[in-house]
Amino acid sequence: MKLTKTDHYKAFSVPLLQENPISIQMLGICSALAVTVQMKTAIVMGLSLTFVLSFSNLTISLMRNVIPRNIRMIVELSVIASLVIVADEILRAFLYDISKQLSVFVGLIITNCIVMGRAETYALGHTPGLSFMDGLGNGAGYSSVLISVAFIRELLGSGKLLGYQVIPTMAYDLGYENMGFMLLAPAAFIIIGLLVWLQNWLTHDR
Amino acid sequence: MENLISIFLNSVFVGNILLAYFLGMCSFVAISKNMETSIGLGFAVVFVLSITAPVNWLIYTYLLSPGALAWVGLPTVDLSYLKFITFIAVIAAMVQAVEMVIDRFSPALYNALGVFLPLITVNCAILGTSLFMVEREYTFMESLVFGIGSGTGWLLAIVSMAAIRIKLRYADVPEGLQGFGITMIVTGLMAMGFMLFSGITL
Repeated sequence: MKLTKTDHYKAFSVPLLQENPISIQMLGICSALAVTVQMKTAIVMGLSLTFVLSFSNLTISLMRNVIPRNIRMIVELSVIASLVIVADEILRAFLYDISKQLSVFVGLIITNCIVMGRAETYALGHTPGLSFMDGLGNGAGYSSVLISVAFIRELLGSGKLLGYQVIPTMAYDLGYENMGFMLLAPAAFIIIGLLVWLQNWLTHDR
Repeated sequence: MENLISIFLNSVFVGNILLAYFLGMCSFVAISKNMETSIGLGFAVVFVLSITAPVNWLIYTYLLSPGALAWVGLPTVDLSYLKFITFIAVIAAMVQAVEMVIDRFSPALYNALGVFLPLITVNCAILGTSLFMVEREYTFMESLVFGIGSGTGWLLAIVSMAAIRIKLRYADVPEGLQGFGITMIVTGLMAMGFMLFSGITL
């Protein structure tokens, strides 16, 4: 059987493309946009969310037959919160500067609708392997939107990518200027709106 | 006192929890389709925030922060890494308690807010306010005012958004942009409007 035909591959690729959590299902934008001023923070945020999401899916799926129905929300929240603590402590230990910049937004992964939503709708009804792949796929879908927004904002707002200057100084001599607006909060809303438009237009055309 | 007023105005306008920090977006996008439910949810958020922020402050200051356990003879213990799980548990418990109290004393208000109260537990704005309060090292009064201010800011944002969306029904929006896309762009424009307040110094 080809790799692209397996259930595990599908569990990974569907949320990444057809059912992207942010741009199609509109979940989890809460904590997403504030970290998109720079690519670096967006990448770290994407990785942390993918970590939390895939392991919470795995853990909840392993426990799905023993969780009593009426207290499942509390169980899910405590699994997610524990994983977020682990992610936060790892960031503090190894990437202290970035964890300072992300400030409260790593903690806010707990209330990110994607994590809770996937636990409720997917992990409770599927095997651990599939749930883990679903978590990875949703994490990747989330990160891809986050990174594209950050790419636009960092490139246009400060002329840099990942902290390196990419717009040559010559351009500045010729009168090019950074768009300071891109670094402000409203720009993130507008960029995400335009990205959704682009995606709707692309998928509509097919 | 001036300090408190400035925290309040700042959290309502310049540092609006939704428009400047993007918190509480999920329910904002979903609920703002309807004016009445927006008002209901908005007041529920103000209500819950003004309770959870000071309660979380007390718990953080007297149980979790570094050296807080000195009063039981454990001055070196630092439990601040437990703040995420504690805050979310407090919020879930408070929401539940508030729900029961309202149900007991004001069935009319309960019917109006009923559906939204459970949703508030996973509203990022609630947890976000508690976390910002810790990060900015507010005092008890400041965190109370900050809680009320953040809630008011959120209420203001969702009600204005609901009002704009009523008018949007008559607008000719490009097909691909309808729904979520235009909502985000309008929110962006609103955020720009709110930023004008940053020119005001107190």
